[in-house]
Amino acid sequence: MLPDLRNLGTILRILVAVNGAALAIALAREPRLPLVLAEWARLTGFVEPHLFAELAVLWLLQPWLAGRRGRVAIAVVTLVTCAIGIGADALTPRMAGDVPGALVRHLVFALAAQFLLIGYFRLRARALSPAITEARLQALQARIRPHFLFNSITAVLSLMRSEPRRAEAALEDLADLFRVLMRDNRELAPLADEVELCRQYLDLEQLRLGDRLVIDWNVKSMPGDALVPPLVLQPLLENAVYHGIEPLTTQGVLSINIFLSRDEVHAILKNPYAANGARHQVGNRMALDNIRERLALHFDAEASLESRVTRDAYEVHIRMPYRTHKPATAGEAGTASPQPDGRADRGTQKRRQSRGQRPLPGTPATRIEPWLNHPSAS
Amino acid sequence: MAESPLRVLIVDDEGPARHRLRELLDDCAAVLPLAIVGEAQHGREALDILHSAPADLVLTDIHMPGMDGIELARHLLKLPRPPVVIFTTAFHQHALAAFEVNAVDYLVKPVRVQRLLAALQKVPRLKPMTMEKLTQLPASARRFLSVTERSRVVLVPVDEVVYLKAELKYITIRTGQREYLLEESLTRLEQEFGNRFVRVHRNCLVARDFIRGFERRANDEGDAHWEVLLHGIDESLPVSRRQQYIVREIGREAMNGAAAA
Repeated sequence: MLPDLRNLGTILRILVAVNGAALAIALAREPRLPLVLAEWARLTGFVEPHLFAELAVLWLLQPWLAGRRGRVAIAVVTLVTCAIGIGADALTPRMAGDVPGALVRHLVFALAAQFLLIGYFRLRARALSPAITEARLQALQARIRPHFLFNSITAVLSLMRSEPRRAEAALEDLADLFRVLMRDNRELAPLADEVELCRQYLDLEQLRLGDRLVIDWNVKSMPGDALVPPLVLQPLLENAVYHGIEPLTTQGVLSINIFLSRDEVHAILKNPYAANGARHQVGNRMALDNIRERLALHFDAEASLESRVTRDAYEVHIRMPYRTHKPATAGEAGTASPQPDGRADRGTQKRRQSRGQRPLPGTPATRIEPWLNHPSAS
Repeated sequence: MAESPLRVLIVDDEGPARHRLRELLDDCAAVLPLAIVGEAQHGREALDILHSAPADLVLTDIHMPGMDGIELARHLLKLPRPPVVIFTTAFHQHALAAFEVNAVDYLVKPVRVQRLLAALQKVPRLKPMTMEKLTQLPASARRFLSVTERSRVVLVPVDEVVYLKAELKYITIRTGQREYLLEESLTRLEQEFGNRFVRVHRNCLVARDFIRGFERRANDEGDAHWEVLLHGIDESLPVSRRQQYIVREIGREAMNGAAAA
């Protein structure tokens, strides 16, 4: 129901909207144009303390609010707005020229702004929710080049007679990979799962490419419980293999570096880069756009994806907020599902190993986690 | 007449794919006499092997580093007795449309033994592909030009070519070291390699990377014209009146490049 009140994008939108409204009021009240700015400054000087106090309180309440039903949450926000209005009024020194009833007027303005903003965020969520479905579909379509599937099957077939056990493991990896590709990928999922998927995928590539592919894993300090959009890394690795390793006749190193820094999850992927691979670049850009779009839908301005070409390497850097519980994202618009986990203290959640006991908000109990019963973690 | 075995060369950059083809060929050997002359990881290696071990059939992947399957097929045509080429590919239908249209033989991966056997049985009746057909296939520009010298195919890396000059019915390829004679059309080459070469004269393409500068020279009758100066070799080439605009164009690019650096 409510937007994620800890999201930088949400906070910026609220700040812009309220200050924009103040400017509009200043324009309406002050006919002399040069004085409009002064009027605006006077208004914002009055409004800003209210606004910051409200945002701060809501920031603190966010994990608790995220677990409430929509109506309860809105009622609580309304109470906060009123309390701050009354409190600020009590603290303001009375002046001779004050008109009685100022408090009521201010409260009416504050509540009007609050409900307009809630309405705006609701509409925005509704507008974005088909976009998430769409992004999911795109994710399915853009993923996995057919040549990877058929070459992998050829590789498995080549093992059948000589090394049947390796063939079995490879087929299981392939099955797991496709289970993830075909499931509903709208919800955020633990980073550890995404990394496990990447390992299975790269095992298959290794089978095909042999020692042409060297993988430099650097994920010891990664926060495995961080929630990330599914398939946020695998497509990038697929690109790295396709554009960076396959065009080489010699050995190529793919490096994967995932770590936590100042409450942000960073993933840096690097692969060799051959300048004359221009004909493949379109496919790569599509994958980057797709991931960038999904990052924006889930994390708004708090996540970013940057790619750069150095002399002989191609590097993608993803930055995401470190989240361990599901915020009320746009994707949940209209499904006022209770979130059993939302109210738990954030700190204890960080430490918890989420694998296997991950809550699945808003999904039926029949959903099976693909790698829980996967014995060969080779 | 006793049938001599069909000599087959396997070309694929992926080890498992080569291994699988070998297994399938072994299965076919029970029905059809055949001999595997070797395995290559890319086009260049395939040409090396073929010089010492000729084959009747080359089974080649398309998507390979170094030299892809289509380029390999083009160079194979320069051999005195070109082998039949059958492509093996994991590409999907869209990319294979061009193969269908030009009746180019291919097998899709994973390859079925029945399909492979049918293809092998067809080989004695097949003619080597024509250059015409091959140039119709969706391929990127070649990495090598190839010439035949003493019944061997010699590869000249395109990025070592300084200029290409049409003379009578041949094209002279000039690299830093020496010259080669090529039997192709200059216009076709210009289309294939696009921006790498610039036409300085009706009969001459020069590699942009090798242009050192231009010089104004007067001939005996007093008419002035531009000459291209080259990196690596002590020669210059005349710029025709019609192509004079490239002098300014390349000069401007060089200035922009210097400004950016």
